Amino acid sequence: MKRHKLVIVVLAVLALGSVAVAQRVQIEFWHAATGALAAALTEVVAGFNASQDVYVVNPVYKGSYTETMSAAIAAFRAGQPPHIVQIFEVGTATMMAAAGAIYPVYQLMADTNTPFDPEQYIAPVKGYYSSADGKMISMPFNSSTALLWYNKDAFRAAGLDPDNPPRTWAEARAAAKAIVDAGAAKMGLATSWLTWIQFEQFAALHDLPFATKSNGFEGMDAVLALDHPLFVRHVQTLMDMQAEGSFTYAGRDSAPDALFGSGEAAMLMASSALRARVMREAQFEWGVTYLPYYDDFIAEPKNSIIGGASLWVMRRPDATAAEYKGVAEFFAYLGLAATDAKWHIMTGYVPLTFGGYEAAKAQGYYDANPGADLAILQLARPNPTENTRGLRLGNLPEIRVVIYEEVEKALQGQQTAQQAMDNVVRRGNAILREFEAIYK
Amino acid sequence: MKGKATFSNKFLPYLLVAPQIIVTAVFFVWPAVQAIQQSVLRSDPFGLRTTFVGLDNFRALFADPYYLGSVRLSFLFSAAVALTALSVALLLAVMANKPLRGAKVYKTLLIWPYALAPAMAAVLWLFLFQPSIGILARGLQDIGIHWNYTLNGGQALLLVILASVWKQVSYNFIFFLAGLQAIPKSLIEAARVDGATSTRAFWSVVFPLLTPTTFFLVVMNTVYAFFDTFGAIDALTKGGPGKATETMVYKLYVDGFKNFKINSSAAQSVILMALVIVLTAFQFRFIERRVHYL
Repeated sequence: MKRHKLVIVVLAVLALGSVAVAQRVQIEFWHAATGALAAALTEVVAGFNASQDVYVVNPVYKGSYTETMSAAIAAFRAGQPPHIVQIFEVGTATMMAAAGAIYPVYQLMADTNTPFDPEQYIAPVKGYYSSADGKMISMPFNSSTALLWYNKDAFRAAGLDPDNPPRTWAEARAAAKAIVDAGAAKMGLATSWLTWIQFEQFAALHDLPFATKSNGFEGMDAVLALDHPLFVRHVQTLMDMQAEGSFTYAGRDSAPDALFGSGEAAMLMASSALRARVMREAQFEWGVTYLPYYDDFIAEPKNSIIGGASLWVMRRPDATAAEYKGVAEFFAYLGLAATDAKWHIMTGYVPLTFGGYEAAKAQGYYDANPGADLAILQLARPNPTENTRGLRLGNLPEIRVVIYEEVEKALQGQQTAQQAMDNVVRRGNAILREFEAIYK
Repeated sequence: MKGKATFSNKFLPYLLVAPQIIVTAVFFVWPAVQAIQQSVLRSDPFGLRTTFVGLDNFRALFADPYYLGSVRLSFLFSAAVALTALSVALLLAVMANKPLRGAKVYKTLLIWPYALAPAMAAVLWLFLFQPSIGILARGLQDIGIHWNYTLNGGQALLLVILASVWKQVSYNFIFFLAGLQAIPKSLIEAARVDGATSTRAFWSVVFPLLTPTTFFLVVMNTVYAFFDTFGAIDALTKGGPGKATETMVYKLYVDGFKNFKINSSAAQSVILMALVIVLTAFQFRFIERRVHYL
């Protein structure tokens, strides 16, 4: 028996390469990062592992965001969850409601006596992942917002000023029309993430509630507020633009992303994190600007909100205090200005902290990469309101699908803009009530 | 009985069927029991709060016009896929069964698609028909057809049906070809001697003798269309646009794994399981009567 154990220990030591690693506290970290993001994640984790000799964070790729969340839920049910899991922003309400499954970050930091200042995080980032009374529940990680990417060559070909991109929807429509009429590109305007950009971001920019109860922050009995005339008007604008050929609906989620780099769409509303891909693919001169707004509705648009993912700490039946201390140390490391700036520059996601922004600026990153600071400038616009904090709605992924379905029907001419938004509210509210019923 | 005489050890027969029984129990019976159990509960995704709700999940589904829509769509879709896949395969098998130059090449090429994973097959269709990168999609647009299945529900449905049929034709082809080759030539020759045209000989002699194969394939194709077309739908349309291609199996995946409504998803899988059991029983009861075994 003893000999058996010895063999196992020897094998383990050989497998891990060194005695030191075998003795360090192991922390499981499940994530959904691919490509450039995965490379940056690996580097940041390696940086943490090298910065001390007590803990080792082991990142494990678990598939898409939805698959990672599924895997974490299944693992929790089986009593084997990871210590840390990366969950996309629309899963926030579901995670937050699972009080027995998660370890809120503010509590983790207090329990482990880890110095932590939530005020260093920029407001829309902190707000999205905090409780209504401002306590940080999950750790901000990769955050982006939406911007308007435009093709300067196509602008020139259509006789538009490439250094004066559209600011408002009227200007965006006129520019898209001019581009298509001049044959400067196949499509004038397209949008990725239609629900996130044309409704969630759109609501924040125009200081409109997406749902009552401060977008759900104040309670699970929120109802959708998407039947406001401005949303209806906006769907009508998209329908009219489609009819005149200046707007093209090119599929759900990130499917339209490919259209900008290929030159097919002269303007694309997409994530600010598209930068790396645009730099790699675009064979033309491009620019990026803020999201347009209706200037007859709001004179000064508000801040946009974030998308992306945050890190959640999970309650694990057999986890030790040392393991949670390691998680807290890792989170503190992520909040360091140097780590944050490096993460921001490597991935194209926005810096999470003011320190990270200043560090990137000090390195001359924004001088060398014009427009790379637009995302954070749009997020950090002054005077945020309760409509611009983010969304805290249960089953939000399902509500997004409802919005897709109803807007697609309107764009196919099967219903009016008003009917589309009425249906969204009716069906979306039913989904919200289902979520509420579980926790009653 | 004979069995007792064959096996000297009375545990041996059980041992020999054990692998099959274990596989069935672990991968079918156990999950099915769990699905039934989950379908009468309501819980949060993490299983922290669970209440027994009886048949509420089923009631909610049958009151949901979108669920009923997906049931209707599944029947339409499955009928279209099974009928088309069977007819095309039969036609090809009859033609490939004739003495042809290079028949082996044709046969190999026709069987080939079966070796592809459904998702891979769907990606091939994506390269052909995706509105902005698809080769054939561009061709269609050039001749003035407004092809965009991301917005046109009819086109999306047509595309997933075609992709699903294409995948299944190979399977049917193999069985039809084997079935055709098993039919004694003398019977067909006798029919011809009696003055039957080749069409008449086919419908009066060959087709009735193929009915065991056809019956087997009808059952397999129904099951395929209800369950295995998931990959094609997921890769091509993800159930959209609207709910134009959201069949029952796709909807239960979306509800279970994307919306984390595990209980509703379990109820849907119970309904789907019951439906396919009923459908198969129906086919055995009514269609098998008309099957002629040689």
